[in-house]
Amino acid sequence: MSKRYAQLFAKLNDKNQGAFVPFVTIGDPNPELSFEIIKTLIDAGADALELGIPYSDPVADGPTIQKANIRAIDAQVTPPQCFEVLKKVREYNADIPIGLLLYSNIVFAKGLNTFYQTCADIGIDSVLVADVPTRESKTFCLAAEKHGIAPIFIAPPNGKPEKLKQVAELGQGYTYLLSRAGVTGTETEASMPVESIINALKSYNAPPSLLGFGISKPEHVKAAITSGADGAISGSAVVKIIEENLDNPSELLAQLNQFISSMKAATQR
Amino acid sequence: MTQHLDAYFGEFGGMFVPELLVPALEQLEQEFIKSQNDPEFQQEFQQLLNEYAGRPTPLTLTRNFSPNPLAKIYLKREDLLHGGAHKTNQVLGQALLTKRMGKKRVIAETGAGQHGVATALACALLGLECKIYMGAKDCERQQPNVFRMKLMGAEVIPVDAGSGTLKDAVNEALRDWAASYEDSHYLLGTAAGPHPFPTVVREFQKMIGEEAKEQIVKAEGRLPDYVVACVGGGSNAIGMFNDFIKEESVKLIGVEPGGHGLSSLKHGATICKGTKGILHGAITYIMQDEHGQIEESYSVSAGLDYPGVGPQHAYLHDIGRAEYVAANDDEALEAFQRLCRCEGIIPALESSHALAHALKLAEAATEETIIVVNLSGRGDKDLTHVHRVLEAGGHYE
Ligand SMILES: Cc1ncc(COP(=O)(O)O)c(C=O)c1O
Repeated sequence: MSKRYAQLFAKLNDKNQGAFVPFVTIGDPNPELSFEIIKTLIDAGADALELGIPYSDPVADGPTIQKANIRAIDAQVTPPQCFEVLKKVREYNADIPIGLLLYSNIVFAKGLNTFYQTCADIGIDSVLVADVPTRESKTFCLAAEKHGIAPIFIAPPNGKPEKLKQVAELGQGYTYLLSRAGVTGTETEASMPVESIINALKSYNAPPSLLGFGISKPEHVKAAITSGADGAISGSAVVKIIEENLDNPSELLAQLNQFISSMKAATQR
Repeated sequence: MTQHLDAYFGEFGGMFVPELLVPALEQLEQEFIKSQNDPEFQQEFQQLLNEYAGRPTPLTLTRNFSPNPLAKIYLKREDLLHGGAHKTNQVLGQALLTKRMGKKRVIAETGAGQHGVATALACALLGLECKIYMGAKDCERQQPNVFRMKLMGAEVIPVDAGSGTLKDAVNEALRDWAASYEDSHYLLGTAAGPHPFPTVVREFQKMIGEEAKEQIVKAEGRLPDYVVACVGGGSNAIGMFNDFIKEESVKLIGVEPGGHGLSSLKHGATICKGTKGILHGAITYIMQDEHGQIEESYSVSAGLDYPGVGPQHAYLHDIGRAEYVAANDDEALEAFQRLCRCEGIIPALESSHALAHALKLAEAATEETIIVVNLSGRGDKDLTHVHRVLEAGGHYE
């Protein structure tokens, strides 16, 4: 298991900061620009990266990230090409934790063992499979463990204590704390986590929790951290900037830079 | 100790959904188990099936359809069921479960519109709010059903994403459900998807085969040689097969949509040509590329146009208990017209695939052969589409 997440959370703790983690789909809108986008996220102050592999049927995603998947697939981006981009990202920065967020059939098609092996070879730190809940996670966790990859699980807002306990025990690296029901997107704002869920996770010694879904403004980041989360993940708001500046890459990167810096600035406790 | 149902059929099945949806699926499983042991539920379900939907449906010996005097072809007349297809059976079951769970709203996907129509009628009857997701392309080719759904008070949402067919409608329904599970039931329309749907839908469709078995034994004094059904997601087929699985002498044949032919890329023959993967919550046979991206299926019939299949069919195929074959668009269309002319019955295009294969079996018969075909639905919904196709010289797209 890499120590990148542990080192990150220790470092942020010393600085009295939460983590800000942006999400983008790899290969959106094409592999070259996608690499520049990810570089910009890092340079603008992202504490960790959550990166998606494009998939034809992203059922956990709202319209914005669906469109990102479609743009990448239309640009003929394949999982092997995504791994090429990821290699370059890891070469660019050796320390930043890199998490993958994807759907089970992408893993299944490559073969679980080969998939996690490839992740390990590149220096990926964690993998979250959006449609593998804890009750189906056994074979995925075994393959992840074998190759030293942290499996990430989702703590749902409707989670009963025994579910949260499972999430705490199976997850490593960080816990993906869901701000609300539904799919990804800024259409519905984040709700702030109930203290009881955060406390339950803490009592079960869960990995640090990052709040995701509907995080689109610095205030959301601040509120997430105030209510006890260790950080926040923002996907659709970031991807929206890509969508709105497709024909102007330099403007795209400038806006991203500004957005990420402002979100990161809100993590100071 | 809470009871559970097995989520797997051999290596197939499972519950591959976002964590958020697991409680909703587990709630459905529990309610289903309870209802199976509740005489009050069983009585209400039976009553609806008999007095509202029109069960039992007849088993009809065709008079002129079989091309070979040695082969008798019987039709299980699900086309006569209220709503026009077998879909009504299991919808009534799930709609009752919805009420038992205290949910007020139903969401559903539909391909041919038959499941949407069945859902809309059950919701109208039982006072449930109803929202139907339907691929934009399917709305186009099954217009009468869109109107039917609306007449019965359902809201129909055309889905543009992806191929604009059944797969995309399922995606959209799942997305809706992830936000609405507290007060909404996702009334899935076939024996596919995540556990417990394949089991729930089979159990609410299995009367098709139970009745057919009793009827054929009464008519012929013996079991049939072949039981044939078309396979989209697999609900009419599993409903027909279930009671025959234990009768080893009976050959079970599922007919998949061959589209323009299995060597073309335009078909929906998931078991014949697909590979193992995960789609819509289950490990099963699916149509995908080498990287796991789901491929678009194709069929002249919207109800079979789906790149996945129920996990129990994948299992029955792998253990060799059922055989899966394909019938092409033109074969289905031939059989469609032949049934109209020979028997005065207009079949659904979906069911016409099963009829097409029954014709092949009958032609090949060299001794007395009894074939039971599940006539899963009637063809009213297909009239405009078939008319257009035939006028264009039988070339369908
Ligand atoms: C008449 C009819 N038969 C068959 C099907 C295919 O579904 P399944 O394979 O679940 O029976 C449909 C689906 O819409 C249908 O309307």
